[in-house]
Order: sequence, then structure tokens, then C-alpha cells
Amino acid sequence: MATELGPTPVKGPASGTTPVHHGPKGVGEDNKILSQGKWASWLLAPTIIALGIVIVYPIISAMIMSFQKDAGLDPVTGLFTEGGPAGIQNYVNWLGQQCAAQGGGTVACPPGTLGGQFWTATGTTFLFTVITVAFETVLGFWMAMIMARTFKGRGLVRAAVLVPWAIPTAVTAQLWLFMFDFNGIINKLFNVSILWTGSEWPAKWAVIIADTWKTTPFMALLILAGLQMIPAEVYEAAKVDGATAWQRFRMITLPLVKPALMVAILFRTLDALRMFDLPYILTGGANNTTTLSILVINQIRQGFNSAAALSTITFIIIFLVAFIFVRFLGANVVEQSGATGKGKK
Amino acid sequence: MKTPRFLLPVATAGVLALTLTACGGGGGGTTGGGGGGGDAEANIDSRGPITYVQGKDNSNVVRPLIEKWNAAHPDEKVTFKEQTDQADQQHDDLVQNFQAKNADYDVASVDVVWTAEFAAKGWLQPLKDKMAVDTAGMLEPTVEAGSYKGTLYAAPVSSDGGILYYRKDLVPEAPKTWDEMMEMCSIAKANKIGCYAGQFKQYEGLTVNASEAINSAGGSVLNDEGKPNLNTAEAEEGLNNLVEAFKNGNIPAEAITYQEEESRRAFQDGKLLFLRNWPYVYNLATTEGSSKVKDVLGMAALPGKAGPGASSLGGHSAAISVYSDHKATALDFVKFLVEEEQQKFFATQGSLAPVFGALYDDKELVAKLPYLPVLKTSIENAVPRPVTPFYPAVTQAIQENAYAALKGEKPAKDALSDMQKSIETAGAGS
Amino acid sequence: MTTTTASTALRAQQDKGRKAAQNREKWASVRTYVSAAVILIWCLAPAYWMVVTAFREVGFTYDTTPWPTHVTMDNFITAFDTSFGNRFGQALLNSIFIGVTVTVISLVIGVFAAYALARLNFRFKYLVLGFILGASMFPGVALITPLFQLFTNIGWMGTYQALIIPNISFVLPLTVYTLTSFFREMPWELEESARVDGCTQGQAFRKVIMPLAAPAIFTTAILAFISSWNEFLIASQLSNEATKPVTVAIASFAGAQPNQIPYTAIMAAGTIVTIPLVILVLVFQRKIVAGLTAGAVK
Repeated sequence: MATELGPTPVKGPASGTTPVHHGPKGVGEDNKILSQGKWASWLLAPTIIALGIVIVYPIISAMIMSFQKDAGLDPVTGLFTEGGPAGIQNYVNWLGQQCAAQGGGTVACPPGTLGGQFWTATGTTFLFTVITVAFETVLGFWMAMIMARTFKGRGLVRAAVLVPWAIPTAVTAQLWLFMFDFNGIINKLFNVSILWTGSEWPAKWAVIIADTWKTTPFMALLILAGLQMIPAEVYEAAKVDGATAWQRFRMITLPLVKPALMVAILFRTLDALRMFDLPYILTGGANNTTTLSILVINQIRQGFNSAAALSTITFIIIFLVAFIFVRFLGANVVEQSGATGKGKK
Repeated sequence: MKTPRFLLPVATAGVLALTLTACGGGGGGTTGGGGGGGDAEANIDSRGPITYVQGKDNSNVVRPLIEKWNAAHPDEKVTFKEQTDQADQQHDDLVQNFQAKNADYDVASVDVVWTAEFAAKGWLQPLKDKMAVDTAGMLEPTVEAGSYKGTLYAAPVSSDGGILYYRKDLVPEAPKTWDEMMEMCSIAKANKIGCYAGQFKQYEGLTVNASEAINSAGGSVLNDEGKPNLNTAEAEEGLNNLVEAFKNGNIPAEAITYQEEESRRAFQDGKLLFLRNWPYVYNLATTEGSSKVKDVLGMAALPGKAGPGASSLGGHSAAISVYSDHKATALDFVKFLVEEEQQKFFATQGSLAPVFGALYDDKELVAKLPYLPVLKTSIENAVPRPVTPFYPAVTQAIQENAYAALKGEKPAKDALSDMQKSIETAGAGS
Repeated sequence: MTTTTASTALRAQQDKGRKAAQNREKWASVRTYVSAAVILIWCLAPAYWMVVTAFREVGFTYDTTPWPTHVTMDNFITAFDTSFGNRFGQALLNSIFIGVTVTVISLVIGVFAAYALARLNFRFKYLVLGFILGASMFPGVALITPLFQLFTNIGWMGTYQALIIPNISFVLPLTVYTLTSFFREMPWELEESARVDGCTQGQAFRKVIMPLAAPAIFTTAILAFISSWNEFLIASQLSNEATKPVTVAIASFAGAQPNQIPYTAIMAAGTIVTIPLVILVLVFQRKIVAGLTAGAVK
């Protein structure tokens, strides 16, 4: 699927640390690779087959469904009848926000239909993604820099950071729903009376705050791992050269952490684009907090085939974002996991 | 040569996936879940063990009844299949099993709002001719809610309606009409509490409240043909009543986040003069330690335009699957469930409102459930929520637009015309 | 002479510098502690509130006293009480069963793939790696519709296998990915020497590498288990009353009365669900951090 992930230099794995080709001299490299290839193919087969069944099958099946019409009502008998082939109509309807019109054809979806929510939901999904990932990156960076210092109780902080990550999202959502209640602790604590789930922006902020709380630790830990691979001598040298703290951050920390950071951001972005549990439980999707995932789930009850088209669109959107990240922003996931001990020695 | 050998297992995987897909192609075909349903004539006289499917039996009423039935019918035993507590999941579970033509789902308890959808899919046995269930003595709206296109598909088992709770200490006599109630809001103001609240968060409860407002003002969401009928002066007046009340503060602003529980709590804490809610509030408001309205709880029918308002109808009905192998037994069991004796048990044991009008005047029952007389008025005047096979789309249309109107984002008139258009597109789906 | 004076002056200057540095360090460490405290509060306060609420009497659900008041154990009893039909105990068992099964299957399958990816040199390696990574980014909603349809048709709806199989779709890539990173770090020379001693590659793997890999596999197992334990979307659509996991059970907790949302009991259930994870996380903190970061950084 993500085969185009970045410019992937074909180089031997782990070639830096453990030379693989210790085969007896005289045996052709080709043969060696072949035998390893055979070995590898059998070792990989179970994984490929399993993923084929649980992922490739549903994708293809969803695509087939998405080209079918949903069942319609026979006006005479009042019974549902099979929809038949739809061509690309389901896709056209979603993208153009078109709904079926009385007497055939389509009209622009009026407010109050799921079809009319496609672009708002897309916008909301991207808004959540951009804001939460930005917050998580900045906050996560800050947390990581603190945790990278040596101080008493550092272990405690590192453990505490894992707590939000360990609480299941479904529980997190209930917890924040309870805290964001009109009579809840948040309004009380900050002495405000905001109807958090009662209008658009408070509801959006509620989702953003809860999501940031939940996922910043993940980001912080990934960045921390990146930070710890920067040798202390580099900083010492910079200090001697009279670099200010900001300069050190900008010239050393940032560039050296960047590869790890980009991958962390990519993972979080793709995760955020799929956001479901949190807004689903926290706001029920009201007040323009419906994400694409929620829209798909709502649509399933109103028509499978149309829902299949929407889930395919969602998949394509996420795939495109991943592609752009890897291609243009240099988040080289494959390379990152492929190159061993980079910058370590 | 090399490449194919390496690829062999991978290719196997690919072929496997494709094979599966081919099988799934068949699945795609049945996707619509439409087409005719089962044969309504089959197995009508057949008897044998059956299964009864219902949501969570919270107050343990179904099990004793089934035991009672099984003792009397050792050859036609009923097995109880309990679903979750969540209405959505119950709905999906039924859809899946009907779609799979599962013969094990003989009798199912269906929410009043699903009847039309299931009937239109051809999954429910029409309860007519040989399969008829006697509905004499049942409250009319409950029968209406179990019918689709003039045929009864589900026999009413329990009912539910909205009640207006009020503060007896502050309001000498309950308001009969909406306007009367709004006038009494000055009392609330004098006492520095909110006046009225229902459930106005964007969810199913808002459909209930908005429909009640529209129906109480003489409008209706759908006309008799099942077509939307919202561009009317009555509908506008109804929705406007709520919009105005929000605007002038008679409905407190925080009510836009209320579901049943939030509104109950506000009322119990003494922060509201009037509350629209279901009968369950009675028990909690009179017994919970923190309740401030224990001794001053008044109950009345919902206020309407000139008299009692039109409550939305809740409750469940029992339907027989067309795929059942033992329909004669299934029919007997359904008849058993709606018998007066069982209805009484539902009421006393599970606080479920009966469907027979006479039971609401039963002294013994009223002593236990003092809200019954009020509830009777409420249910007698109730209007079923829109009876339509496209209920999920219709409720979405009502919720989203009513919510926008209540928040003042668009005038009631525009909201209603958008509702109208949305419902039209739902029905037009080919 | 001159040298001495110069050196004294230098020393004095150094002293001064050291003092300033010490001062700076002192301030820096104060700042560090303050920041650390902020992090602690931000991360723990909501969890703290969950626990406080879990121990509060239901009648005082919305009490906002910041410390425990009206303390009771009732909510924990309510959470496990089946009389409202909240089969929380059953849901816990379901979650454990599903989590363990998914973890075991993913590990058994994934360990081979990870070994191949970390150790062997073959064509299309990056293609395979890309495929597996792509799989881990796959949106759950895209799986739901077809699986819903498929499981309905074959009568699997609400069964354990219907919950386990989709979980594998995101746990397996995670497993392969994490294990691959761990495996790259292992001292494979030992395998080479074992082979020199006459072991086959398979034997070498079993006898030498597996024991060495055990900690990595264990850490991966924890990560896999947690991600399966936390899954909600798929379970919320494909499970039923008997098979639903805790996340779904908590989201649909019912009170004594219809419509009642028993927050105190929900928080109690949330606490129960979270505590084992937090303990697991605290005990294996270092390992988990290593596992989480393995793929992304190394």
C-alpha cells in the first residue's frame, strides 16, 4: 500500500553493525540473496496473508459496495427494493454534497442530511488534526526537554507522563465529558460558566484539549528518545563557542531531532485524521465536531453502500496525507526504521 | 525465475484475498438488505420452541414471565435472548439477524421508531387474518405506532409518554397550555430559578421535544402519507415557542446541553419550575437523598395550545419475524405478553406503562405509580414519532435543524423548511 | 611573581564565574522543578479527578470539592453489580481474552516477519516494510462497513472472532514494526557462532536468539495488549452484549433507572480498567518507552 513511501535507498539492512553476508567465499551473492529471499518469503508469508485478509479484503470489498446503490423504497408496496449498480454516483454525491431529489436526479443536500456534512466534517477533521498535532508537538517538545534534564524525581515524571496514554480513549472521553459538564469541575475550578458542549467553539476546544491531554505523552516520549541521542559534547562545544540557549536549540537540537520528530508528527497526524472515540462520546458530533470517521459510522445506519463510498474517500484522504508527508516533508518512515544505529556511534 | 519463487507465498496471499473478495461479492449483493423479505405465509401453523429477543432486562420482568409461560407450555418453550442496553446496538443486532434470515429470532421487542423500517424491509410478519392480535382496549397511539401503511406489524407491549413535572409549592395549579405556562414564568423569576426545561441537546431527545412542540401546536412532522409536512404555520408556531423561550430566558441557556439526566438534576436541585421528562423521574425525585423537591413534586399532562399537549410516544412492541419456524407459537406468546395480567406485572415490577387504558385507573397500580392518571392523558394525546422506514435520516433532519433554531442560528421558519427538504431527500433515495 | 598574581587573579575570576554558574544552575534547577510540577499536574489531575469521583457517593456526583468527600466503595460494587445489566466483570474477561488472543497471534506471526525484516537480505524488503507500515496507518472506519457486512452474512456478528480479527489488522503491524526495531539491536554475532558450532539457522534462532529476544518480545506484547485493550471503534460496532470489551461497556454504562448516567460508577469502572495498565506501565516504564520509541527513532 504505502510502497511509495519516500525515496528508499535499497541498501543492506543492518549493514553497519552486523555484516550479513558471511557466506562461504565463492558462492555467488545472487544465490545468497536468493536463498535468503526464499527464507524471508516463507517467514513473511503469515504476516502478509493475515494483513491481506484483514485489510486488503475489506478495502476491495468496500470498493465493490461503494459502486452499488442503497436500497430504495417501492412507493406502491412500501417495501424496500435492491438498489442496483450505481457507478460512481455515491462518490459524486459525497464530493458534491448532492442528495437524491424527489422524482429522480439530485439536489444540493439541505442542512440536516449527512450528505450535507461532508465538507464540514472534512474541515473539522483537518482542523482538529492541525491544532492538536501543533499543540502536541510544542507541548511534547517542552516536556521532552524537561525530562531530558537530570533532576530528582525524573523517573516519577516519566512515569506520570505515561498515565494519560495508558487510559483507554473511551474512558478518557467519559472523564472529560464529566469534567466539562456545566456543573463540572472545570467550570468550577476556573470560575467560569461555559456551556462546553453547547456551542461550536467551546465544543471544539473541549475535543482539542482532551485529545491533547491524551496524546502529548506519546509525542513527548518520541521526542525525548530523539533528544537523548544527541551527544552532550555537541552542546558543550556550542557553549564554548558562545551559542545562546535559543541558538543551541535552533542549530543543534532541532535539526538533530528532526527525523524522529517528523516521524512522530506523521504518526500523530494519521492518528488524528482517524479521530473517532473522543468526539463521538464527548459531543456526539454536535456543533460541528463531526469528524469523517463519525460521519461514516452515522451513515452506516442510513445506507451501507454510501457509507462504503465515504470510508473509501476517508481512506484515500489519509493515504494522500501520508504520501505528501513522506514525499515532500521528508518524514521517511521506512528509512528511519531501516537504518540502524544512525547517529548513535 | 527468482522473483516468482520469492513471490510465491505473497501471491498465495493475494489469491486468497481475491477469493475471499469473490465470496464477498455475493455479500455486496445482499447489501441493500431489501427485496421482499421472507414468506409471510410460511410456517403459520407450525408450533415448537421459540426465542424472544429484547434489550437488557433491567428490572427483571421478562425472565419471570418467560418462566411462567414455559411452565404452561412445556413443548413450546421460549428462550430469552438479551441484547444490550443501548438502543442503537439493539437496532443493529436485529438488522443483522433479520438480514441473515436468522430463524432463531422468532419474536423481537422493537422500539416504536423501528417498526416502519423493519416492516418495509419485509422482516416482520403482518399481524392480520390468521395472525391477528386483538387491539381492542389498547390506547390508540400505541397501536398506531405498531402499524405501517395501515397494517399492524408489532403488538404494543409497553408505552411511555412525557410528563410535565412542576413545583406544587410555587405553582398553585398546573398550566394547561403553553401560554399559561409561559405566564407563570414570572413566578420562577421572582424565585430566581429557571422556568422550563426539556431535553435540547442534539440527540434523539431533541427529536422528541421538537416533535412535541410541533404536534402540540397542531402541526405534524409527517402527514398521513408519510410525506414531510413542516412548512405550516402550526409547525412554525410550535418550534417558535421553544425558540422564543430560549431567547427570553424562560428556558435557561444551559438547557441546550440537557439530556434527560441533566434536566432531572436541575429540577431536583430546585433550579427549575417546570420540567418535561419521562415517568422515571418520579421515583428518583421522591426518593433520592439530595432531592429538594421531594414533598413539592407536582405532575400534569404536557401543556398544549388549547388543552393537553401532544406527547411523543415511547415504548416497545412485540413483532414476529417472517423467518420464524414456529409462527403459531410466536403468535400465542405475543398474545400472552399483551394480556392484562402480564401488563400489570410489567407496571408493578418494571414501572413500564401499560398499553390498556383501563389499567391506568386500576387502584392498586395507581397506588404504586401515582403518575399513571397523568400519563394516561399524556399517552392518549400522544403522537408517535414519525412513522417512517427512514427514521435515522428523519431524526437527523429534525435534530440538526431544530438545534440550529434553538441556538438562534436560523429562524424557526428556515429550520423547518430545511427539515422538510432533508426529509424529502431521505424518502427520495432510490 | 607575575605568574602567581596572574594565576591568583585568574582563580578569583574563575571562582566568580563558578559562583555565577552555580547561581545559574540553581535557577535552572528551580525552573526544572517548577516545569516538572506543571507536567505532573497536567498529566495527573484529570486521572486524580477520576479516582476522587470513583470514591464519591452517587448523590454527590457533582460535588466539586477538590479532595475526597463523601467517600464510599459503593461505586465499585455498582460497577460489578449485574442487576442493572452492566456485565462489567464479563466485559473485563472479554477484554482480557481478546487482548491476549490478539497479542499471541500477532506475536507468533509477527516474530517471523520481524526476523526476516531485521536479519535477511532480500528483494522487495522495503516494499514489504512499506506495506506493513501502510497497514498500521489504515483507518478503522474503512474496515467497519465491509466487515459489518461480511460478518453479518456469515453470522459472525458479535462473536469473539469478529472482534479479534479486525484487531489484528492494527496490532500486527505494530508488533512487526516494534520487533523489527528491537531485533536490529540484538547481538546477532552469537547466532553466527552458533552456526559455526553446527547449528542450523532454525536451531540457532530457537536456542540462541529466542532467549535473548525474550525481553523485547515481552515489551512488544505489552504494547500490543494495551492497544488492543484500548480499542473502541470496531468493538462498538461489532460486539454484542455477551462479548463486548470494557471500553464499550463503560461507554454504555447504565444506571438503575433508564436515562440515568451513573458517572460515579463509570469513573469507578474507569479506575479499575486503568489501574492494571498504570501498574504495568510503571513497572515496565523503561521498556515501554524503549518500545514506543524503537521504531521512530533508531
